[in-house]
Amino acid sequence: MGQRHAAQSARRAAEFEAFVAGAGGRLLHTATLLTAEAPEDNPRARRLLTLALAHTYACWDRLRGEDPYDRARQYLATRFARGVWHHYGAFPRLRSHPGAPLARLGPQERLVLVLRLYEGVAEQQVAALLGMPMERVHAICDRATATLLHPPRRPATASVGAKVAPS
Amino acid sequence: MNRAERETAVRRIMERTPPRVPPDLHADVLRRGGRMLRRRVLARRLMWLLLFAATVAFVVWAVTARPWVEPPSQTTPPLTSW
Repeated sequence: MGQRHAAQSARRAAEFEAFVAGAGGRLLHTATLLTAEAPEDNPRARRLLTLALAHTYACWDRLRGEDPYDRARQYLATRFARGVWHHYGAFPRLRSHPGAPLARLGPQERLVLVLRLYEGVAEQQVAALLGMPMERVHAICDRATATLLHPPRRPATASVGAKVAPS
Repeated sequence: MNRAERETAVRRIMERTPPRVPPDLHADVLRRGGRMLRRRVLARRLMWLLLFAATVAFVVWAVTARPWVEPPSQTTPPLTSW
């Protein structure tokens, strides 16, 4: 009994290590895009990633065939969405790094854009995950795409921040 | 520029600079995740213990107080000589 238990936990640890090795890089990239930090200096993205993976580790035995990557990504997205209000709300304490690819966008636009286009999550699932109607997801995604591809002339960080704040 | 082209362009912008994964990520995750698991196990145990204690307390009270027995009447004296 004890031996079997030990073997099972060893197999579980190996599986989880393989999962972290495989998914860590991509999830870290996702997190860095979300927090709009520089690729080589991303403490908040690392923290998000560690929390998401730790959460996945804690419910590893109860996954029952569910995709652990999907679970980790969901946790990452909801955790970021919850933190947005604290970090960027009425009095933004954090500024996005100007060198980050999505620095011009607001946090919610980044979240929707990264989930939709970088991670390839379907519109319905994004809407369900973030608790907003599908049309809104569609509109935010379109607006973010337009802002990213055709940057406005004047420095738009302040106006983007103000536009996103009330949500 | 149609929708597909725009999406491809945005994807390309996003995929440009992949960050480097920190080498101590796995150890860090194990430490945090293990702590989370231990806390959950502790909380579950505590909950069961509380449930057990509540059940025992209820049974002891029920046996001693016998709330299902009709209380003796206080207002009318029992009929004895009929």
